Formats: sequence, structure tokens, C-alpha cells
Amino acid sequence: MRRVIDISAEQIAPTVEELLNQQGVPPGAVHDEPTLRAAREAIALWGHLSQPMGIFAEIAIHDFAQVYIGDGRNEPETPLPNIYQRADALALFAVTVGHDIEQEIRRLFETNEFPLGAMLDAAASVSAENAADIVQDKVQKHLSVIGRWDRSKGIMPFSPGYCGWHVSGQRALFDTLHPEEIGIELSDSYLMQPLKSISGLLVAGPRDIFQFDDDFPFCSECATHSCRERIMSIIENQPKADTRWE
Amino acid sequence: MDTLQRLSENMQKGNADQVARLTQQAIDEGCEPKTILDDALVGGMAVVGEKFKKHEIFLPHVLLAAKAMHAGMDLLKPLLVKDGIPTIGKVVTGTVQGDLHDIGKNLVGIMLKGAGFDVIDLGRDVSPEKFLDAAVSEKANVIGMSALLTTTMPVMKKVIALAHERNVRNQLKFIVGGAPMSKEYAQEIGADAYCYDAVSAVESVKRFMGAH
Ligand code: B1M
Repeated sequence: MRRVIDISAEQIAPTVEELLNQQGVPPGAVHDEPTLRAAREAIALWGHLSQPMGIFAEIAIHDFAQVYIGDGRNEPETPLPNIYQRADALALFAVTVGHDIEQEIRRLFETNEFPLGAMLDAAASVSAENAADIVQDKVQKHLSVIGRWDRSKGIMPFSPGYCGWHVSGQRALFDTLHPEEIGIELSDSYLMQPLKSISGLLVAGPRDIFQFDDDFPFCSECATHSCRERIMSIIENQPKADTRWE
Repeated sequence: MDTLQRLSENMQKGNADQVARLTQQAIDEGCEPKTILDDALVGGMAVVGEKFKKHEIFLPHVLLAAKAMHAGMDLLKPLLVKDGIPTIGKVVTGTVQGDLHDIGKNLVGIMLKGAGFDVIDLGRDVSPEKFLDAAVSEKANVIGMSALLTTTMPVMKKVIALAHERNVRNQLKFIVGGAPMSKEYAQEIGADAYCYDAVSAVESVKRFMGAH
């Protein structure tokens, strides 16, 4: 199953708080009017310029094993193999918010409109992450429909460039998924264009497969250890009462 | 309160229109352009930078102040050029070949300009040759390189190697920065400083230029 997803801007619109947070403003900080004005202006501009698109394709575990090897540059030991090998379903995905927004960010910086430029950049980054969440929802819904996911299970994204999966792994991912169809190109230095794009793997399966300790050698270089939060949310999130996907 | 003080305060608050008006007023009052630049604008940005470093203000506010500073700079620049006032130092900046991330590099440029340095921004995807050609022809003091991917970081080493090859390494200082960089990597490739953020980039360049 391979599907292109037309994501609407409303679904992934960033909030003022998200924009400020993305720029390192701590939650609860008091904002002056010019800052808030720039944030609101950036969100309006983002609404005109963003062209969000997503794509996903299911992939079998043994096929993904080849994709994961990539150019052979992964860390010697990584958490992902132990997770994907026990999964119920896997899907490669990619999302982008398009070229136009990036051009506008550059233009704003070139014309000394720094506050708005930085706000729009933050809006684009946040919305790209939100777009990835939308694709995750779509995959989850699709798997529910075909009976391969239910509320007792979890689903989590992993991306090349994180957790020991080398960023060059994007080449094999692209060769299998072909996100070119939604306008994303991968350069020789493994950079996606448009810049505000994300690629990765969605793993669906029993909640306990997602657990791992952050004591791999490369974890000491990670600034966020955000895997902790992601794992916690899967382990602790009891099945919801609603039956959205069923 | 005199004009320069009001100018500095308005700049710190990010009031671009007031900064343009007060810069013109200071010029009309016969104030030396260099004095307006150093005392009001660069002095004001130093206060902003210090508050940012102490987390008293955050990036959006710094950028409002920087935009306001440019409103004043636009009026001063032609006068400074006419008076033949040399800048306190020239920095060539760019994101290395193969990399298109430029927000971090832009912020570094904004802060360096705010500190009174001349910044020649070569943009993104900059080849080693282009870095060196620009630094030599512009008689720059510092080359500042940015990379956001581990796959593009090695280009920095090539730039420094080319500086050796062209016998200009001793005339130039190299600063490097970007998310995947580290102090150790900077040392390994022979850079003069690793800059964690834009504030530390300004501090490094000031140190190289002997400015405080
Ligand atoms: C000249 O002297 C100097 C001196 C100082 C200098 C300097 C030069 N240059 C920078 N500095 C320093 O001063 C600046 C100001 O303080 C700072 O500049 P920065 O540019 O670092 O800071 C900016 C102002 C704000 N920072 C940023 O904009 C980057 C923040 C982080 C979290 C980040 C973000 C937001 C994003 N990303 Co991604 N992203 C990360 C980043 C991790 C991090 N903690 O930094 C990084 C860069 N990303 C990474 C990855 C892997 C990826 N990202 C991707 C996507 C994204 C988003 C779209 C979600 C988003 C926007 C991307 C963008 N840049 O436009 C993908 C690639 C996108 C692409 N186009 O190819 C993807 C490949 C993930 C994927 N598979 O989809 C990692 C790269 C790792 C690597 N191995 O190379 C990464 C380090 C995260 C990590 N793993 O820790 C300092 O570094």
C-alpha cells in the first residue's frame, strides 16, 4: 500500500506558542506586542505559502532490513533493529511543506526583516513536524482498517539522522519510497529539498517493543533525549475510550 | 536625555521607525557618524547581546533590535564610507558546500554586524574556493563556516586545507558552528574556534580582533 496524502494547511497550522518555543522562548515567558505581532503575521504568511504534502508506503520487515543497512554507515549498535523486527507493520514516509515558504524566509532575511523571517522559519519547522503527525495518523487509520492495528498497540516514527541511523540512510529510503512524487529531492550530501521536509519509518506494534535504554554510545551526543518522552507516551497512554480508527 | 541615549534605548526596544528618525536627528545635530554607530547602535546591541546571554530576553526580541539597528545603519553606512572609516574587522560567512541550512549562519551574521563587524555573506552551498577567493579579495580577517549535517561538516576541513595550500592560513582566522559540530571536531580540522551560538561567535571574533 503506497499513498500520497494531500494535507490541508489547517490540519498542521502552528500556534504562536509553538513558534516562540521553537525559537528557544521558554513556556510562560511574557511577550511584548511586537513579538506577538510578528508571530501572528508569520502564521498568516505561512497559511498562504505552505504546500504540505505527505507520502507513505508499507514495507515488509525483510525489505526494510535492506533499507536500514543503507550505505553501511549506521552506528554498530542501534535500538531500531530490535524494534522493527518485532513490529506488526512498517511504513516508510516523507512529508514537506514545500518550496515557497523557504524562498520567502530567505527573502525576509535578505531584506532585514529578521523577526518575521525567523518566525516564518519556526512556523515551517513546526508545521513539518505536524505534517509528519498527520501521516502517522493516516497510517494508523489504514492499519486499523485492515486489522493490523488496534488500541492496545503503539506506533512511533524513526528518522535517518537520529538514534544511530545514519543520515545517509535516506538514499535507500528514497530509492524505495520515491518522495520525488511529492516534490522532495535528495542531494548527494543527503539533504532534502525543500529544506522543511522529514523522512522516516513508522513502526506499529505491541507497546513493549518500543522500550529501549538511552545508553548507546551515541546517546551522549544527543542534546534532547526526546526518545524518553516518546517511549513514555506510548507505554503510559492507555487505550483511549474513543474508537476513532475502528 | 540626549539623542544618542534615546537612539540606543529605542534600538534596544526594537522601535525601527524611531531609530531611523533619531539617527537622522543625531546626524543633523552634527554628531560624528562613527560616534552614532559606536555609542548608540553597537553599544545598544551589546546590551541586547548581554541580556540575551543571561536569558533576560529571547531571540525574537534580539531580532527586533537587530532590525531596528539596520534602520539606523542604512542612514549611517554611506556617511561612514564617505569618511573612509575602517571597520573593526571583516568576516566572510557562509554555509558550506552541499548544505542549504542558513538560519544559524544568518543569526551569526546579524550578531556580528550588531557588534560593528563588516560581514560578507556568501550564502549557502559555498565551495572552498569561493570562501578563499572572497576572503582574499575582501581582505577579510575571519572566515565563518556553518554546517548542519554531519555529511557536510568535512567541507570545513577542505576550506582550511585550501587556505594552507594558498599560503593564506596565517592571515585568516576560522570559526565554525552548527548543530552537529563540537569543540573536538573544530580542533581536529584546525579551526581557530568552535562557536556554540551567535553570541560565542561574536566573542571569538572580538578576541581575534583584540576588540572588547
Ligand atoms: C560562522 O560561525 C558560526 C558560528 C556559530 C554557528 C554557525 C556558524 N552556524 C550555526 N551556529 C550556531 O549559532 C546559531 C545561532 O545560535 C546556531 O545555528 P543552528 O542552525 O544550529 O540553529 C538555528 C538558529 C535553529 N536550529 C535549527 O533550525 C535546527 C534545529 C533542529 C532541531 C532541526 C530542525 C528544526 C529541523 N529538522 Co533536522 N533539525 C536538527 C536540529 C537539531 C539542533 N538541536 O540544532 C538537525 C540539524 N536535523 C537533523 C536531521 C537528521 C534531520 N532534520 C530534518 C528535518 C528537520 C525539520 C524540517 C523538522 C526542521 C527544520 C530544518 C531546517 N533547519 O530548516 C531532516 C533533514 C531535512 C533536510 N532538508 O534534509 C533530517 C535528516 C531528519 C529526517 N530524516 O527527516 C540532525 C542532523 C544530524 C546529522 N547527522 O547530520 C539534527 C542535528 C538533529 C539531531 N539529530 O540532533 C548554532 O548552531
